Amino acid sequence: MESQMKNRTFRSAAMALSAAAVSISLAACGSSGPAGTAASADSATMWGLTGGNQPVLQQSVTDWNSAHPDSSIKLDFFANDAYKTKVRTAVGAGQGPTFIYGWGGGVLKSYVDAGQVDDLSGFLADNPEVKDRYLPAVLKNGVIDGKTYALPNNNVQPVVLYFNKDVFDKVGAQAPKTWDELMALVPKFKDAGIAPFSLGGQSRWPDLMWLEYLVERIGGPEVFANIAANKPDAWSDPAVTEALTKIQQLVDAGGFANGFSSIAADSNADQALLYTGKAAMILQGGWIYQGMKKDAADFVKSGKLGYTTFPTVSGGKGDATNVVGNPSNFWSLSSKATDGQKKAALDYVKSGMFSDSNIQALIDSGAVPVVKGIESKLAASPDKDFLTYVYGMAKNAPSFTLSWDQALTPAQGDPCWPTWTRSS
Amino acid sequence: MSTTSGSSRRALQPGPSGWLAAPALAFFLLFAIIPLIGVLFLSFTSWDGLGEIKLDGLSSWTTVLTDPVTGNALLVTAKIMFFSFIIQAPISLLLGVFTAAGQKYRAALAVLYFVPLLLSSAAVAIAFKALLDPNFGLGAGLGLPILAQEWLGNSDLVLFVVVFVIAWQFVPFHTLIYQGGVRQIPASLYEAAQIDGAGRVQQFFNITLPQLKYTIITSSTLMVVGSLAYFDLVFVLTGGGPGYATRLLPLHMYLTGFKANDMGAASALGVILVAIGLALALLLQRLGGKNRNASQLEGA
Repeated sequence: MESQMKNRTFRSAAMALSAAAVSISLAACGSSGPAGTAASADSATMWGLTGGNQPVLQQSVTDWNSAHPDSSIKLDFFANDAYKTKVRTAVGAGQGPTFIYGWGGGVLKSYVDAGQVDDLSGFLADNPEVKDRYLPAVLKNGVIDGKTYALPNNNVQPVVLYFNKDVFDKVGAQAPKTWDELMALVPKFKDAGIAPFSLGGQSRWPDLMWLEYLVERIGGPEVFANIAANKPDAWSDPAVTEALTKIQQLVDAGGFANGFSSIAADSNADQALLYTGKAAMILQGGWIYQGMKKDAADFVKSGKLGYTTFPTVSGGKGDATNVVGNPSNFWSLSSKATDGQKKAALDYVKSGMFSDSNIQALIDSGAVPVVKGIESKLAASPDKDFLTYVYGMAKNAPSFTLSWDQALTPAQGDPCWPTWTRSS
Repeated sequence: MSTTSGSSRRALQPGPSGWLAAPALAFFLLFAIIPLIGVLFLSFTSWDGLGEIKLDGLSSWTTVLTDPVTGNALLVTAKIMFFSFIIQAPISLLLGVFTAAGQKYRAALAVLYFVPLLLSSAAVAIAFKALLDPNFGLGAGLGLPILAQEWLGNSDLVLFVVVFVIAWQFVPFHTLIYQGGVRQIPASLYEAAQIDGAGRVQQFFNITLPQLKYTIITSSTLMVVGSLAYFDLVFVLTGGGPGYATRLLPLHMYLTGFKANDMGAASALGVILVAIGLALALLLQRLGGKNRNASQLEGA
């Protein structure tokens, strides 16, 4: 026990040292450590992400706090990329927040292996109503070796092929159902002076979506499951080669907007190409609907935004209804949190998260909560077409493959995909 | 007899007491030397930032030294250092000389030139990222297709874009150094030169430049050693991409440590970075000549 303690202190010291060393050689660029974690020991801390769901999460925590005057949750927001680095460093140094926001997959596994997150199976057994509210396929993503370490906390985010109906009408095109149709559309749009596909290539992770779906459609979900399970030669599967060849053909045919590798998805420049009619289609996460709803309200409201599933590939093994993307985001509970913090956190999970008002707020923002029995609420929403579509897509998918950058452990993922290190 | 000679020798010692350096040294020890030892130690371990730190002998070093990305990072760093220097040095020197003179319009221009100095690197990077966007950036805004290039996506162009943005940010700083240096040069030198019939260009090459020798060394040291530390700007602007085209050594270290979570290898890279930085700083000091503490104003 003592040696463990010592080891932990030693680790935090080592982390502090390396952080200090980095900051000397790289003129420190702002951002101090996690403030407040130690200051008010018993208020639980939560780090969320800026962006579409920020106001929804903020509201849900504020509501919970005002209903619980005796305890509180302190909520801070960080930008996606910065958060991913920060939280891991903080957790490694024993300074992480009570609520660890995550994506499941390999990153979660590395926390589990290091004993940094609590097993929530017992909590779920004691509170069956918490377990029962989730779509089972989504809940599965927080389970490692039969134990639940992370609970879904927001909305389902499948990757969807969006298209601009105006532009499609102009050239008289139909949404592609097969890869061959997709390739046939490329010259059609190019002749009309419209980029067939927008792509936020500078942010890199949007590139990965193409590979994820193509590998899925060509070889089925097993191909990536083997890769994630570290099976030998899994990367050499012919489906991977064929997918890369197809992407290369699409690039060579001029399928992507000019300068796609300079377009940043972080600044929503990729979706802007779609709704301004400069590009006809975009393969992106379900979350950009929230962005476009805000940035291009008229475009979305007037029904000009089309969406469909990724086309099938002839001879491919993958089911046309299989989905790739992020099943949800998740809360894990830091094993380093105090008992008081954990108690508050679990209570929030039980009564604050996915309360009726929280579910409604998510739907109003243009997102589909990962809970059962919300069909009528979705149908009452002004975004009902898209939301029902996404809900059905997620609910009926035989397989929902997690974005690769999150599914792989950092050690597997980062050396192989050094430039593809982000997803929403 | 001996006591008087002792005390007089002490009186002859130039400068204030060595103890004045103590606070700075203490900080240096705490925030530079001790972390450095920690990093050196970590470079012989394997650690993913979360689990146990395991002693791992030379494996991190073997990984780092055999990884072609390290070589590439060194090459990219060297290129950026070289291009930054040859672009920034002459521009800042000329701007420094220009703004050192007293005219009002020059002072007004000087204020404009110094604006980038007030902006944080992240802000500069985000602003340039938006300006350089091929579809919504400067090119589209001004209707000049020539400006709508794949500035950040073309691996041949991107290095020069980075060099340009770095220069945009740091030229003001070096201009300030040169401006100060030029203002130190006694006017009597120029008066004498004018009497001897020297023109402006001759004055520049025969008085200004030689008198600025030590300013040039200072500014060059900062430029060259500083380019080993370019991180924040490049990190935000390109993230090291496309591919590895702008993955500088410090960025490579950061990405290895905090994205790939290989603290051992990142520490080894950190040690390499420190060694190169020290070597360069020493080399530049040597180039400055042994007598670098001597007054620049001799004979003035």
